[in-house]
Amino acid sequence: MYLHEELETLTRTEIEALQFERLLRTLRRCMKSPFYQKRFAESRLRPEDIHSLDDLRKIPFTTKQDLRDNYPFGLAAVPMSEVVRLHSSSGTTGTPTVILHTQKDLDEWANAVARCLYMVGLRRGDVFQNSSGYGMFTGGLGFQYGAERLGMLTVPAAAGNTKRQIKFITDFGTTALHAIPSYASRLHEVMEEMGIDPARDTKLRTLIIGAEPHSEEQRRKIEKMLGVKAYNSFGMSEMCGPGVAFECREQNGMHIWEDYYIVEIVDPVTLEPVPEGEVGELVLTTINREAMPLLRYRTRDLTRILPGDCPCGRHHKRLDRMKGRSDDMMILKGVNIFPIQIETVLMQFEELGTNYLITLTNEEANDLMTVEVELKEFSDDYPRLQALTREITRQLKDEILLTPMVRLVPKGALPQQEGKAVRVRDLRKTLI
Amino acid sequence: MTVHQISVFVENKSGTLLRVLDLFKEAGIQLIASTISDTVEYGIYRIICSEPSRALEVLKQGGISASVSEVFAITLDNRPGRAADAVRVLAEEGIGISYLYSFLLAGKGILVFRTDDAGRTKEVIRAKGLASVDDDALVALV
Repeated sequence: MYLHEELETLTRTEIEALQFERLLRTLRRCMKSPFYQKRFAESRLRPEDIHSLDDLRKIPFTTKQDLRDNYPFGLAAVPMSEVVRLHSSSGTTGTPTVILHTQKDLDEWANAVARCLYMVGLRRGDVFQNSSGYGMFTGGLGFQYGAERLGMLTVPAAAGNTKRQIKFITDFGTTALHAIPSYASRLHEVMEEMGIDPARDTKLRTLIIGAEPHSEEQRRKIEKMLGVKAYNSFGMSEMCGPGVAFECREQNGMHIWEDYYIVEIVDPVTLEPVPEGEVGELVLTTINREAMPLLRYRTRDLTRILPGDCPCGRHHKRLDRMKGRSDDMMILKGVNIFPIQIETVLMQFEELGTNYLITLTNEEANDLMTVEVELKEFSDDYPRLQALTREITRQLKDEILLTPMVRLVPKGALPQQEGKAVRVRDLRKTLI
Repeated sequence: MTVHQISVFVENKSGTLLRVLDLFKEAGIQLIASTISDTVEYGIYRIICSEPSRALEVLKQGGISASVSEVFAITLDNRPGRAADAVRVLAEEGIGISYLYSFLLAGKGILVFRTDDAGRTKEVIRAKGLASVDDDALVALV
């Protein structure tokens, strides 16, 4: 049931004691990093001033901008001769960032991923196929090393080439697949075209999904389509990659490994902690990393801690599914809207497929939202199409408090999503 | 009494239209009648053609969103006023017509339509002795 029984079943008191011990060790390490030396000096803070876990709040936040400003090696807390791997973000939104790893960091990362995979029932003897991009993207090597650590036959299929993915699944008897949610839908579509019934013609039983916000409805849909159990996974390159938080078999929230991370949820504007159970920005402190510890790192991911105990026996806190990125937020007529709110509404309609696109435009200072969504099956029944459009519009309005223009489009009419899905197109012109 | 009609859900009108017609051309399927309206929200392209079931298969293979349904098809003598007579019969029975299109084929007028009550429409067509055609009879006229 548990891969690392002792660590996974720690009580809250034990977790907090371990965290404090590891935090102190991490702070001592940070004093070897030029960035944190300077940061601590500027805030007139010394590691000795931290007397409890609550004192963590005395430490300033670390942001993505800090990683950029100190690119590439300014946060290293070990001599570069001890660094064996680096991963770098693509830098599409600015200067790239770099994360460094010692051999021990890589081992601990693999252990965390192996723990996650074991938790959802995967074992030696399973065949694990990874459709993540490899290379700098951490979803590739991260799952590769973790799945191998568990002893599974691990297929580094990498991203794209859907027909080849399906051939691997059938030829190698793949039992578990890692794919982003929008790609899982795409796989099913192509399987259908190829006349393959996933439940009958494949051994696929477990799907690991993540990296992309998705709703519970979308998960259920994917599970039904592919005849699998789908588990949500949370990771980010700044925290190694996959293996940060993962659902257990209860499929109700992702346990975040608190022997690796200290979790805070803060209001993204005031930066104060939000009340227990409320949504805010996830802030993480690494306490099990050598090469490049990060203190109070602002992830930009919005989530909340699920209250209560999990029946699985683990006391590591559970994160709710990600509510999107604080950067994904759309502001329309002054109202804050997240794509996930729209997706949640759309996925409740049996008649609709999983592909949708939100387009924002403006006419004379008036923001307009158009939601295009693919119909799963088309039948020539005009009154029903109209009624469906009206009902979708009504429910969206209830959710986002604005009336969007809803357009039903044929299956396949919207751009196919092979990578991270692009759900929002903002074509608004700046009106000055 | 009914013929099979193919309906295509059209997004970008001229693009999809050409694609449908090209697919039919390649497959050797002949159009008998077709109609498309200029509704803003959804375009539905409705087609009567030879071999409707193969036509649907061809479209699905070509990645086109389409469905097949039965619509009424009655034949009229090729004289002015016959269509009015036929529609009056339905109107008098209180049957609503959802959509209708007509064409001339081999010296016959043909009315294709859907109503809001298929069962009653059948009864009326039978009782009033309106002449109707099925797929085979229609193709035979071509």
